[in-house]
Amino acid sequence: MSRQGNRAGDPRKVNGELFTLTYGALVAQLIKDYENDEQVNKQLDKMGYNMGVRLIEDFLARANTGKCNDFRETADVIAKVAFKMYLGLTPVVSNWSTAGDEFSLLLESNPLTEFVELPPGHSNLNYSNLLCGALRGALEMVQMDVDVRFVQDILKGDNITEIRLKFIKRLEDAVPVGED
Amino acid sequence: MSIKIDHEQLLFHFQVNIATFALLFSEIVQYCQNRVHTVPELQNKLSELGQSVGSHMLDVIFLREKGYKREVKLLNMLIFIKSSFWKIVFGKEADKLEQANDDDRTYYIIEKEPLVNKFISVPKDKGSLNCAAFTAGILEAVLNGANFPAKVTVHWHKGTTFMIKFDESVIARDKMVDSR
Repeated sequence: MSRQGNRAGDPRKVNGELFTLTYGALVAQLIKDYENDEQVNKQLDKMGYNMGVRLIEDFLARANTGKCNDFRETADVIAKVAFKMYLGLTPVVSNWSTAGDEFSLLLESNPLTEFVELPPGHSNLNYSNLLCGALRGALEMVQMDVDVRFVQDILKGDNITEIRLKFIKRLEDAVPVGED
Repeated sequence: MSIKIDHEQLLFHFQVNIATFALLFSEIVQYCQNRVHTVPELQNKLSELGQSVGSHMLDVIFLREKGYKREVKLLNMLIFIKSSFWKIVFGKEADKLEQANDDDRTYYIIEKEPLVNKFISVPKDKGSLNCAAFTAGILEAVLNGANFPAKVTVHWHKGTTFMIKFDESVIARDKMVDSR
């Protein structure tokens, strides 16, 4: 088989399996360090939040999408631009609430859970909770308070992985005392 | 009908944004930092996580790439790691592979800027911390899993140097293979 020489590849990309296995090592470590799944979920959410808060800056600098006019546009940008950029996949936006303030992201595959099986006794573990925290953190930095949670998870036996995002309120920048 | 397989395409098909990995790794370092008191302890924690990654990586990448044929000669294994393995996992070959002058059990893999350190700046009070201890862990698990027992440590030298110290049994066995 002939090789095509030293193909450089995209310097902004890394081996996906390195990422998946690193995340797996982290979750395994958290399970050892904490007493129950709920605490692990919280820690994953917190770490995801920290990541999201920084990821949004990279996104805004690179994506050139401009300001979203409503939550529907936000949903599209999240699914078609952000997820594609950072995880290499495009979830489907669906299940809009009638008020237009809630929607779901449907993922048929999840790069975080490649090779992963939940062992028995961890049915409460939201393995990919990092994603929820990241979405929450990123959206908070663009002035949106959004509740993000898993409603279905392939790892737990569901047919699809579904993340639900609910718009709570717009965040105003706090004005320092003495300025108006 | 012949099918042409783009070998490199297969290997590079699952990739994620470098920012995604870098931010995850940053959270991991911070998490470990909060649970230890000294720099060597931190490096140990990172190495352990790396070992968890490496032991799973052995199956995923090494056997797949080598067509399920085991490497039995030490030098071939080291060359494979320095070139193919490094290229797949970190996007480029390691810079150098050297043998210690005075010790046939010790080899060095040298890299000016390991991928994991790319976005990490070490504060002065952390002294000698090198987060590529994580990578050293990966390396150690891969070598041990492939039946070349060794210890791998990380050092600040010519950039980052991974010092690989093989078990005496590996050297003895390799000499026997040579003399057949």
